[in-house]
Amino acid sequence: MSQVVVLVGTRKGLFVLQSEDRRSWRTRGPFCESWPVFHAIYDDSTGTIYVAAGSEWHGAAVWRSSDLGETWAWSGEGLKYPEGEFPVTKVSSVTAAHGRLLAGVSAPGIFESTDGGVTWSHLSSLEDQKAQEKFKDPANSPPGTLGLIATVPHPENDQRFFANVQGFGVWETEDGGSSWTPRNEGLRADWPLDDPAWGYCVHKLLRSPADPERLFEMTHVGAYVSSDGGKSFTEITEGLPSDFGFAASAHPHDRDTAYMIPLDPEHGRYMHGGQVAVWTTKDAGSSWQKLTNGLPGEGAYLGVLREGMSMDSLDEPGVYFGTSTGQLFASADDGGSWSEIASYLPGITSVEAVVVD
Amino acid sequence: MNVHIPSTLTPLFPGLTRHIDVDAGTVGEALERLDERYPGLRERLCEPGKLRPHIHVYVDKERAELETPLRENARLDVIAAISGG
Repeated sequence: MSQVVVLVGTRKGLFVLQSEDRRSWRTRGPFCESWPVFHAIYDDSTGTIYVAAGSEWHGAAVWRSSDLGETWAWSGEGLKYPEGEFPVTKVSSVTAAHGRLLAGVSAPGIFESTDGGVTWSHLSSLEDQKAQEKFKDPANSPPGTLGLIATVPHPENDQRFFANVQGFGVWETEDGGSSWTPRNEGLRADWPLDDPAWGYCVHKLLRSPADPERLFEMTHVGAYVSSDGGKSFTEITEGLPSDFGFAASAHPHDRDTAYMIPLDPEHGRYMHGGQVAVWTTKDAGSSWQKLTNGLPGEGAYLGVLREGMSMDSLDEPGVYFGTSTGQLFASADDGGSWSEIASYLPGITSVEAVVVD
Repeated sequence: MNVHIPSTLTPLFPGLTRHIDVDAGTVGEALERLDERYPGLRERLCEPGKLRPHIHVYVDKERAELETPLRENARLDVIAAISGG
């Protein structure tokens, strides 16, 4: 019987929630020795959980489990730059596609593993890009920098994928990481740019599972959509309560449907008016609907981080998001109604929902 | 000499105990000896060329670095220092 598994990365380890009916949930954890987790995924081609982590004491590593969290191994072998360069302090993201893993790290760079996460080797730090001269120094990045916050693979082309560098923008390679092209056309910046091609703050980049050319972005200044695989973006902020947010998710079956959680852009970074709300578009950003049925408010000043939202892939997909204060909310009806499925977890950094047979 | 290992490290290396005897002339050499027995251990305590920022080492209760010499029967404490809540 298939079940939905929700991987919840927190500041104190990984938790695994499982349900066969999306009503009653079993929670296990914390795993990964309660290391700070920044991202976790399930590779359905191997049945393995991979967890991007970084300990303030013991450095960067990717944890893995091939039995849904019953047993764990970890590796940092090869996750380092040569002596004299900025150290790898954390693994910020991990993706699995085409038989290999890509890990985004801080200081910004991509490492790959072709042996299931046992060993790693440096693939690229976008060395052919002028921006690299600036972003390789963590002092030029936001405080607590995550570095290379995401790689976004292409479902059919193993040579083509995106890299998102925190505070600098998105690049795409079409040759497996040897060369890169900025993919930020159409984005706004409310700050001076060294070069109009880069310098943008893309909090979250999504590729639609229904159409690889359809992308959504939630950024520091605006929500955006692309219909040409990222070559250009169009702003779709109108109708949202602000142009700032981190978390977003793309519908697994409909290229025009996405979910976003706008936040107060100032110091608060909580949902507007103390009302927890998810916003959805079903027409690629032409209009937005506010979803609050079952969510707390008023008086609920909650925030959600960049990897804090996900959808499962069932016919009527579930939507999940976790807050930076440890609440996990779920909807089993495409966002129509919500319930709180975990209340007292450590601060949640990432949510990944998958269907496991 | 006797090395005292932080409790955060032992779950990462099967068989690693909190207290281990090694023969070494410096702190760096002591960590090399441990790394020979538990491959990868040194990297969990050191960045290239130095101790990690939140790893503190004491030799006979005095703060030490990788090059600090060790006398025979010294005690080396490796501490996972306070780092957030």
